[in-house]
Amino acid sequence: MNNLLKGSTGDWEIVIGIEIHAQIISESKLFSGSSTIFGSEHNTQVSFVDAGMPGMLPVINSICVEQAVKTGLGLNAKINNFSIFDRKNYFYPDLPQGYQISQFDQPIVGEGKVLIDLEGNIEKEVRIERLHLEQDAGKSLHDQHPSYSFVDLNRSGVALMEIVSMPDMSSSEEAQAYVKKIRNIMKYLRTCDGNMDEGSLRADINVSVRKPGDDLGTRCEIKNVNSIKFIGQAIEYEAKRQIKLIEDGELIKQQTRLFDPKKGQTRSMRSKEEAHDYRYFPDPDLLPLTFTDEFVENIRKTLPELPDIRRRRFVDDFNLSPYDASILVSERETADYFEIASEGVNSKLVCNWIVGELFSFLNKVNKTIDQSPITPQNLGKLINLIDDGTITGRIAKDIFEIMTESGDDPISIVDSNNMRQVSDEGEIEKIIDSIIELNPDQVKALEDKPNLMGWFVGQVMKETQGRANPQKVNDILNSKLLK
Amino acid sequence: MSVNEDNVKKIARLSKISLNDSEVKKYLTDLNQIIGWVDQLKEVDTEKVSPTFSSFGAGEGIKQRDDIVSDGGYRKEIISNAPKSEEGFFLVPKVID
Repeated sequence: MNNLLKGSTGDWEIVIGIEIHAQIISESKLFSGSSTIFGSEHNTQVSFVDAGMPGMLPVINSICVEQAVKTGLGLNAKINNFSIFDRKNYFYPDLPQGYQISQFDQPIVGEGKVLIDLEGNIEKEVRIERLHLEQDAGKSLHDQHPSYSFVDLNRSGVALMEIVSMPDMSSSEEAQAYVKKIRNIMKYLRTCDGNMDEGSLRADINVSVRKPGDDLGTRCEIKNVNSIKFIGQAIEYEAKRQIKLIEDGELIKQQTRLFDPKKGQTRSMRSKEEAHDYRYFPDPDLLPLTFTDEFVENIRKTLPELPDIRRRRFVDDFNLSPYDASILVSERETADYFEIASEGVNSKLVCNWIVGELFSFLNKVNKTIDQSPITPQNLGKLINLIDDGTITGRIAKDIFEIMTESGDDPISIVDSNNMRQVSDEGEIEKIIDSIIELNPDQVKALEDKPNLMGWFVGQVMKETQGRANPQKVNDILNSKLLK
Repeated sequence: MSVNEDNVKKIARLSKISLNDSEVKKYLTDLNQIIGWVDQLKEVDTEKVSPTFSSFGAGEGIKQRDDIVSDGGYRKEIISNAPKSEEGFFLVPKVID
């Protein structure tokens, strides 16, 4: 694929590597027993460990270790049975310890790879460099007071997985597809909820540009981008900024930048270069993290079906096109919904209705599929009603409308509103006869304008409130009017 | 190996410690003595010795705890030492990157 950007001196290639920070799903924090629930009263989920009080000692949460190993397995990565916790030292008010407990040169998970899904059913492999465990920091609020920042430590010490990719992506689309894929895998594994609005998943994007075939250029890191859309915008802006600088004869300075969603631009953070001097050293409070092969194999046995395999199964078992299947599995919730809805139902129709009517409704009301007022069981029933001829496709759309408001069972909606399809030929014939009788001019005009047939169909549908079997209406009209 | 005055100032800055000129000289001497001692240790041949990450045996890994909420919920105590607080928040001089 051609991902080159045009500059005034020719083509440029973008090189992108991504660090994802993913909050682990756990009840309590990585090294303390305080709760991880999002949105609680500030500073109520803080222990003396999380507040960095002197003499407090960290004790690791076994579930967080399991979650990291599980995610590593989901990324086809090497699991390290021996890893080390290090202190990453820096000063910031929402980091009360003065250091973040992280992993430096011996992380819990090593090299892996994922397949990302691109436009036109193309897959691309992106290599994972590593995954390590670390603590999240607290939160600073800067807009509460003219001269003070407010600090909330509820998030301080929550377990994060930092997933580092190799610089294998070369367009904003690939970067977006990568983050979506990692998020989706973690949602399937239930190791991270992937909620970017609540900050459970944040991405740092490394962007550099080069002439095709050249060595890697100097990179800039865009910190904490928190939506898939912003990831795309930030990369587009940053790549063009760097190309312009170089073409104007300037040098790219390696720096950390922030993306401003309002302006759609990145800007330099004020922090000095030396803020990157983290002076890592092994945390003397923590022994090496070790576990057996058996521990890893037991986790491997609990792995759910991951999106790539599920897609293949959807193609094989439900006879879906690879394109349809990849849309369905791209969110675990959508794939789950589809599987429930298509139990005993025409699965191709179910897929069409989910991707068409349901998605456009959910989009309109800004809801996710697990908030859908229409249960998958009810959507399945609706489709069965169409499939077995009980209702017409047109009526089905009306019933769908009603279901989005009431959430009712489609069968009871059909019964209470008299919406069953009229397939009785005698009944349809009677209606058609009366229309022909009342509209002699149209019958005559039909001889010159065969398109007028549509008008007759419309009249029948109007008369029956859309309930007439369209095939039968066509057949009878044809036999009576086209001789 | 040794450090110079600039290194000492940089380390002080990273550690948010302010040093006057005579202190810089004092710590320069101290640090270089420590480094000299470590240099001496480096003379030992450790080619075939794996790094010691803890004083426990190699098999003695980290102790793990169950994932149970057992702590927190004492905001008053948490912020009681803060020089400045408001409505349960720590207040710090404004920091924006």
